[in-house]
Amino acid sequence: MSTPNHGPELHGLLAEFDSASQLVAAAHRTHAAGFRKVDAYSPFPIEELAEALGHHHSPVPLLVLGGGLAGAAAGIGLQYFVSVVAYPLNIGGKPLWSWPAFIPVAFETTILFAAFAAVFGMLIVNRLPQPHHPVFNAPRFALASRDRYFLCIEAEDPHFDRERTRQFLLSLSPTEVTEVAP
Amino acid sequence: MSVDSPHAPLPAPVRPPVIAPGHSASTVTERISNIVFGRMPRWFWLAFGVAFMLVLGLLASIGKLLFVGIGVWGVTQPIGWGFDIINFVWWIGIGHAGTLISAILLLLRQEWRTSINRFAEAMTLFAVACAAMYPLLHTGRPWLAVYWLFPYPNSMNIWPNFRSPLIWDVFAVSTYATVSLLFWFVGLIPDLATMRDRARNRAQKLIYGVLSLGWRGSAIHWHNYESAYLLLAGLSTPLVLSVHTIVSFDFAVGQVPGWHATIFPPYFVAGAVFAGFAMVLTLAIPLRRLFHLEDFITMRHLQNMGKVTLVTGLIVFYGYLVEIFTAWYSGNLYEMFMMRNRVLGPYAWSWWLLILCNGLVPQLLWLRRVRSSELALWGIAMFVNVGMWLERFVIVVTSLHRDFLPASWGFYKPTVFDWATFVGTIGLFLALIFLFIRFLPMISIFEMRTLVPEAKIKESQG
Repeated sequence: MSTPNHGPELHGLLAEFDSASQLVAAAHRTHAAGFRKVDAYSPFPIEELAEALGHHHSPVPLLVLGGGLAGAAAGIGLQYFVSVVAYPLNIGGKPLWSWPAFIPVAFETTILFAAFAAVFGMLIVNRLPQPHHPVFNAPRFALASRDRYFLCIEAEDPHFDRERTRQFLLSLSPTEVTEVAP
Repeated sequence: MSVDSPHAPLPAPVRPPVIAPGHSASTVTERISNIVFGRMPRWFWLAFGVAFMLVLGLLASIGKLLFVGIGVWGVTQPIGWGFDIINFVWWIGIGHAGTLISAILLLLRQEWRTSINRFAEAMTLFAVACAAMYPLLHTGRPWLAVYWLFPYPNSMNIWPNFRSPLIWDVFAVSTYATVSLLFWFVGLIPDLATMRDRARNRAQKLIYGVLSLGWRGSAIHWHNYESAYLLLAGLSTPLVLSVHTIVSFDFAVGQVPGWHATIFPPYFVAGAVFAGFAMVLTLAIPLRRLFHLEDFITMRHLQNMGKVTLVTGLIVFYGYLVEIFTAWYSGNLYEMFMMRNRVLGPYAWSWWLLILCNGLVPQLLWLRRVRSSELALWGIAMFVNVGMWLERFVIVVTSLHRDFLPASWGFYKPTVFDWATFVGTIGLFLALIFLFIRFLPMISIFEMRTLVPEAKIKESQG
């Protein structure tokens, strides 16, 4: 491969495809050709696509586990503090730490914290909200949220070369290849 | 498993499709988003106007309540839980179908849920909002009630009692409302991006753009998104079961005959799903006609919802029969009297109407012809809406009005403010549904795109 050629004037090269199948095939070949700074854009989730680009494990499940454990600890801790430490009351002769009665609230806080972790974890991992991104500069990119499929090789990729990469993308039989301004 | 098994696979039964043939990602996008971008028909504004008048009635009766006190309601000894708890349980039950459709049917890979999940989730949110209003108003001074409900350091140094089902209920309902809102919003993000990209003026572009958080459909984003969405569904499933279980504990942990029953949690959860599916049918049947969405909400959807209504209705009916059996089998004087009083006492009309609405009428759903008729389904759904309200009336009023001591027996009579508040929350619910239809795509566009033929990945090209 040639020396990287990435000026500040380019975010990357964007290829447009007609169908989801073509995009998945193109993603496989792009990954096989050694490109790593690649992203694909589609109007609906395509399970094979992230795999084709080499992204196998999402960190979201671990965050949710952490959130759930934190929620359980918070729920149990809160009820212990309130019922045993801050406001010990004799209710029906039960011990202060009558834990079976504290399961429902601990369960709810577990779910609550895990759900927050799922949503905000997903947004943080995806670096959202991000109102602007260079791909929005591409004139036809608005169709990515409708019925068109895009693959972008970014200029940061060490194998990126304006001309050669364009030739490579054209070999994947897209309908169009455009340059994306940063 | 032997290869030459005599059991040849049966041919798949012919079913109506979940989306009418001939649609593509593009037509799906256009049809659904154009409802928001287009002009609303005249009937829409008329109906919204009526709903809004009811909201004004609600505000007026809440104003009266806060000014005078809860004496304006018919609640008094011995029936301290009148319309407010009946309506609270009714509304929260209605919400449960939304979560069932969006979470449980997602986990079970029932792809017919796709076209109804968005507005069923909206229905959940609005129903929970209506429900949550009642216990707050029932405190009479909601602005002072915060320290009874939530544990926080206050100047009186007192804390809530975590052994009480009422405090469990506060946590269950507020968690449910929060998680439902998160689930709904996460489902909306990709569609808000579509709305942003199709916006016709700057204001629309700005509002949908901000709400979509800059979503761009990146494969890596979708990967994390799908993971989070599936986990939210997994979390919502036990949550929705816990919410109505805990609502039923509000009754079952008490010792009043007619409340103190172990059948309550499963029977309440089934009743919630039953009521919720009836409400989805009530809304979906007119909406698909009025907005010409028959391609997306097909007869298959209506038939399936009819089947779920039938099954959950049978569980509820079983619950009614078990209550009678338990009362007899307990040999307990008070339990037996409670049941006799329900069936033959002064409120017997409510019990017999309940059996008619929830027990007998839904049996018509056994017939395919009934499940295939929009009018019949809608009519049965209305019976169930009324029946599920009556169920809570029977549980709350007939149990409380004659308990252990004949000296403390009494009657319950709702006042005009009870009715105005109840009808007002129906107005609020409908007004919120109308606003939702006006401003947001009522069917999940991105999930509908996954159902069209072009979404199937052909591996041969790889």
